Amino acid sequence: MREGMVRIPSGCAISGIISTKGIRFNGEAITRSIACMHERANGLGGGFVGYGIYPAYRDLYALHLMYETAQARTDTEEYLGRHFTVHQAEPIPTRKTAGVGEAPMLWRYFVWPKEESEDGADRDGDDYVTAFVMTVNGRIPGAFVFSSGRNMGVFKGVGFPADIARFFRLEEYEGYMWVSHGRFPTNTPGWWGGAHPLGILDWSVVHNGEVSSYGINKRYLEMFGYCLELQTDTEVIAYLFDLLHRRHGVPLDLVCRALTAPFWKDIDRYEERERAVYTALRRVYGSAMLNGPFSIIVAFNGTMLGLNDRIKLRPMVCGRKDHFILMGSEESALREAVGDLDAVWNIRAGERFIARLEEGVTV
Amino acid sequence: MRGYLPPEYLVHIDHGKCRRCGNCVRNCAFGALQFEHGAWQQIMRIFQHGQDDLQQVFDKIKENVPDRVVADHHKCVQCHYCVTHCPEGAISVQPNPLAYRGNYHWQPHHLKNIWLQAETGGKLLTGAGNDKTYFSYFDHMVLDACQVTNPSIDPLREPMELRTYLGSRPDALEFESGPDGPVLKTKLAPAVRLETPLVFAGMSYGAVSLNAHKALAMAAKACGILMNTGEGGLHTDLYPYADWIMVQVASGRFGIDPDYLRRGVAVEIKIGQGAKPGIGGHLPGEKVDEEVSRTRMIPVGSDALSPAPHHDIYSIEDLSQLIYALKEATEYTKPVAVKIAAVHNVAAIASGIARAGADIITIDGFRGGTGATPLIIRDHVGIPIEMALAAVDDRLRQEGIRNRVSLVASGGIRHSGDVAKAIALGADAVAIGTAALIAMGCRLCQKCYTGNCNWGIATQKPELTARLDPERAAERLVNLIRGWSLELKEILGALGLNAVESLRGSRLRLRGIGLSESDLRVLGIKNAGVGA
Ligand code: SF4
Ligand code: SF4
Repeated sequence: MREGMVRIPSGCAISGIISTKGIRFNGEAITRSIACMHERANGLGGGFVGYGIYPAYRDLYALHLMYETAQARTDTEEYLGRHFTVHQAEPIPTRKTAGVGEAPMLWRYFVWPKEESEDGADRDGDDYVTAFVMTVNGRIPGAFVFSSGRNMGVFKGVGFPADIARFFRLEEYEGYMWVSHGRFPTNTPGWWGGAHPLGILDWSVVHNGEVSSYGINKRYLEMFGYCLELQTDTEVIAYLFDLLHRRHGVPLDLVCRALTAPFWKDIDRYEERERAVYTALRRVYGSAMLNGPFSIIVAFNGTMLGLNDRIKLRPMVCGRKDHFILMGSEESALREAVGDLDAVWNIRAGERFIARLEEGVTV
Repeated sequence: MRGYLPPEYLVHIDHGKCRRCGNCVRNCAFGALQFEHGAWQQIMRIFQHGQDDLQQVFDKIKENVPDRVVADHHKCVQCHYCVTHCPEGAISVQPNPLAYRGNYHWQPHHLKNIWLQAETGGKLLTGAGNDKTYFSYFDHMVLDACQVTNPSIDPLREPMELRTYLGSRPDALEFESGPDGPVLKTKLAPAVRLETPLVFAGMSYGAVSLNAHKALAMAAKACGILMNTGEGGLHTDLYPYADWIMVQVASGRFGIDPDYLRRGVAVEIKIGQGAKPGIGGHLPGEKVDEEVSRTRMIPVGSDALSPAPHHDIYSIEDLSQLIYALKEATEYTKPVAVKIAAVHNVAAIASGIARAGADIITIDGFRGGTGATPLIIRDHVGIPIEMALAAVDDRLRQEGIRNRVSLVASGGIRHSGDVAKAIALGADAVAIGTAALIAMGCRLCQKCYTGNCNWGIATQKPELTARLDPERAAERLVNLIRGWSLELKEILGALGLNAVESLRGSRLRLRGIGLSESDLRVLGIKNAGVGA
């Protein structure tokens, strides 16, 4: 059975590093970090996302696809060609790696939407790409888009994270921000698309835990037209950020506060302005609140955000070393990445930490 | 003439235990118990049988055969008042074991109803909720709990939140930045805050006693929830509790003036009621005493007739006009609720009500109670709340308007398990009427329509209403709400949740047992044994 047909609870390890000065570094540090938490994964899923890795194609959408059949590729490329100008199409470079089983065909395309769409609708590039991803993943059997942002890319598969990193030759890429995930699913989906991170446009999400409020979060999102194909918590989290931040325009910090809302006993003590803000957040976005044990890293263009559940049922620790900010499930994983840390702190229950590129830094 | 109807219950007095205090005789408002003189009985017998030997009578008098309590079994309604209050525990009431020729189609209650109608020629009345053996969906749904992959939460150690708001919500919020942080820009519609997702269902002063109304209001205040006036107006004694009172506007428009509307925290338009969908109300003139008359704003002794429909609401546009008239009258400071009975097309109706501008929709299922209703309507009209609630929540979501209204479910909610299941099906809060009356002493004897409620609840007779001490009844209600709230916290904790909104509408946490495919589909739940 494939992910999306059943819901699979997983335990996990997560880890992320950002250089706030926008300095690019290769995939070895993040690989060391996630590999250190080997015990938290069981070889059934590992993945990475790197930001700033395609400077030569900075402005183009980098689409990563996996194909299970040649037909899937033919169909997808035909569809892609109709709607996008393809500047470059190539297999994603990999190396044979012990521990990584049979892989699907892995391709990447650097593309830009054609000026006129068939239906003549006036949309921006993001909408074209989102529509493309939804169509391919929903309608073309055996094809799956697993990365669709600009100047970033997701690399993931079935295996331990360290093996997946070797397989994708991550030491050959340089990015200013990396996030990774090692998975311990309770089932054996054996499907590469089911590994994490989950990415849509330049947003990516990794998550450790189980969202106990999944049932209502899903129904809430469906009301706004989202179709939850994968039935994963990660998908729910990604779409909630998309709905609240991108579509509703709620400031990122308040999105975090809506998802891991403060307790009423605290809200009752806030001063008037804050009390109004949080009472409204809870009243209006109660169905979006995430309940249950989780730690989450959400990354997008220049920002890395860590979020811990309301009563801290999953570990999440942050560290700083020079211009690096790190987050992960364990302190050891941070130290493994960069050596001694200048500072280390826990993200408290229901709290968030947002790391951003310094003012004026461009990547 | 006794008629063909055998007694429903047999009252047994243990004359060995009875100390002839006379409590029960004085207490029974239905007149089922009398004292009889030992000697007097003998005299009557002699006269009846035409004997002229009075020696026996004199013997009895000489032997001082004492008075004894005897029952007229026909009059007993099994309200248990005598049983509960007999100081010697000398009374027991049993169902009449009278055998009927077994007949699956013609059950004894069918025969009895026919005999009764053959004698009276009237429509049969009853009180309380549908008691027939319809399938209970609540009893065929079970809740989930956490094991291993996510931890359950201990409500004794961790905060567990039940606070609930009833009212309309916008789809999105807007903020602007202020000097000290973000400031809320969106102006929210008015809403009422509940400290636990429970409210008392609408029950009018008239149908129930003033003491019952007071008890409900006091308990609502103590628990931070709402009581609902029902359609009988608001007695001045309840004014101090107005911040915890939802005032109702029903088809009879009893007791309504601008002050009444402004006094409550929310206004409810009552279109229908689960126990009698499509039927109006009739409070007999005998129940309209001085106080009821003042509160309902009708003359003493006059029948209070609530028409079946609102005569200014013959369509959804008309409802919308009334909703906005009430909003105008309350200057848009209070949410307006609309209460409907669960009927076949409830989903479309609810969607229309949401679009007509209501902030809250109360759906009352066919198990919902009443003070008086034609038996045939109570037992045969309407659908279960579980189905209605699921259908309404689904429809509002399909149409993307679920945020516009809060849903309150009622109609046969018996315990906190039913509450949790209703919330998981999609209810924002649950209204309880029958359960609240039971907490105050009600025995579900279904005789509310007679005005003889021995427990002082569904009556206006001063000697009976005096039996209900509002303070003590309120305390019992507070205990009930507290007990259910504690249980809800246990359920949430077992589900790994610490706020009730994470259960609301989370059908994934329910499973069906012994339900058909179509039942499961309407309820939107999976069968037990099917994983996530
Ligand atoms: S209340 Fe009990 S003790 Fe008193 S008269 Fe009735 S049966 Fe006898
Ligand atoms: S309220 Fe009184 S009359 Fe009505 S069912 Fe309960 S006990 Fe009987």
